[in-house]
Amino acid sequence: MSEFFQQIINGLSLGSIYALIALGYTMVYGILKLINFAHGEVFMMGAYSGYYLASWLGVERYQAAGRGFPLGLALVVLVLAMAASALLGVLIEALAYRPVRSAPRLTPLITAIGVSLFLQNAAMLLFTPNPRAYPPILRELRFAAGGVIVTNIKLAIFVVALALMVGLHLFVQRTWTGRAMRALSMNIDAARLMGIDVNATIRATFAIGSALAAAGGILFGLDQITINPLMGVLTGLKAFVAAVLGGIGNIPGAVVGGLLIGLAEQLTAGYLSPDYRDAITFLILVVILVLKPEGLLGVVRQEKV
Amino acid sequence: MTLLALEHVDKVFGGLRALRGVSFEVAPKSIFGLIGPNGAGKTTLFNVVTGVYRPDGGHVRFDGAEIGGLPPARVAGLGVARTFQNIRVFRSMTVLENVMVAGHKLHRSGVLSAIVRNTAHANDEGALSVRARELLEILGLQGQAGDIAGSLPYGSQRRLEIARALMLAPKVLLLDEPAAGMNSTEARELERQIRFLRDELGVTVVLVEHNMSLVMSVCERIHVVDHGETIAEGTPAEIREHPRVLAAYLGEEPSAGRTEREA
Repeated sequence: MSEFFQQIINGLSLGSIYALIALGYTMVYGILKLINFAHGEVFMMGAYSGYYLASWLGVERYQAAGRGFPLGLALVVLVLAMAASALLGVLIEALAYRPVRSAPRLTPLITAIGVSLFLQNAAMLLFTPNPRAYPPILRELRFAAGGVIVTNIKLAIFVVALALMVGLHLFVQRTWTGRAMRALSMNIDAARLMGIDVNATIRATFAIGSALAAAGGILFGLDQITINPLMGVLTGLKAFVAAVLGGIGNIPGAVVGGLLIGLAEQLTAGYLSPDYRDAITFLILVVILVLKPEGLLGVVRQEKV
Repeated sequence: MTLLALEHVDKVFGGLRALRGVSFEVAPKSIFGLIGPNGAGKTTLFNVVTGVYRPDGGHVRFDGAEIGGLPPARVAGLGVARTFQNIRVFRSMTVLENVMVAGHKLHRSGVLSAIVRNTAHANDEGALSVRARELLEILGLQGQAGDIAGSLPYGSQRRLEIARALMLAPKVLLLDEPAAGMNSTEARELERQIRFLRDELGVTVVLVEHNMSLVMSVCERIHVVDHGETIAEGTPAEIREHPRVLAAYLGEEPSAGRTEREA
């Protein structure tokens, strides 16, 4: 039984990282109907910004002195990496997607794949293709309770992800920009004619989605110990599946989808074989597309004929 | 005195000349009708005026300034609001939120104050929702403020679009077939509401509508287009008798004794 709870805890922690990334996919899709394939690379860049920021703030010195990195500085790393990725997201939108926004839908999709490949290769050039050990911006502490081991890192991942998701919910439901985003996702033409600045709202969507992905990147680095320039490919794809599972375009759906994918992956690795942990995600994708293509929380949109 | 003026406006879609040199002037605080058979170019005219389409020729002047080719959000900001022939409410928002979305002029406080719900935010949201409720009351929707917009009957969704457009505090309101799908009682109520907008709020109204009894009773001037061209303009009485209008609506040469009916 304790084994089972262990898997659940690990699954929720991994799932909340997927959820953070899935939010960016789903928000952009909700408004532009674009699958932003470069989102996984924004996640990777976020992890690397965290890496460099931590080393700039002297994480090695703290390590050498045998002291933990101060929590305040860890938060600074998180916030600055999120800001840097928000900027990257806004740049990607302005340079790559805006010029093709009114082109047929296939054009932006292929552009997104191009941006993704560009960023992967840029990262290999800038950071070398070698995996890097992620700096211990949080020193691992273990708690054991009834045979279940919980580390402070798993807890922190869950807490940070939860806080960001609650923040996003409040933003979307309560702020002016959030209301504009919802209006855009329901009818972009009507929103424009009601005086909403569509470009500014889309920019905000990319900024927020990218910042959340960066947070995911740092948490992923902490959890998985190493990062590399191609880390966004598989993780990004899984987060995309999470968004589809929850109902793409649906914000609570992305959270539910992310957690479920994390749990499924962890339980498969624990009870079947670690070899199937990646396959299960895509099996879920196939099943959901066959049985409920609109996703768990999605609604069927009636096409007007 | 002119609030909105179109001068020789052309619009071409590939080989189709959707608008050919259409000109008209709308006086401030008037109710102006724009009619014509299906496909005549009425909605295209609205799209040109609101910035959805860029005119291929001619000028669109609003309050003396050229607005032809400006982006839609700018045109909306200058005081041109519209409703849509095919309803475009924000379906999964509440009725009240739909109206509040268009109220960006009333909004000042930032993101942080919205999340922590401080006084500045409360004042903003308060002002927005007070205004939005007033407009819903004018359109007779005060009882539905908390309902999900997509669940309202068609007639109510059309009136919701009018309330939302009014939130922009427009000088001119373009209504694209507001009575479509309404029964005769609802249409009469709509007629009263359109008059109220002009008389009490001072909004100039341009009305595209196929319900001829509504157009004839509420409009002061009517402009008729067919195949993208102006074929007549005048008072309702003049339009009712105009031979080219009768021909356009009823087919070729109008025979004596035939009267114009609903198109």
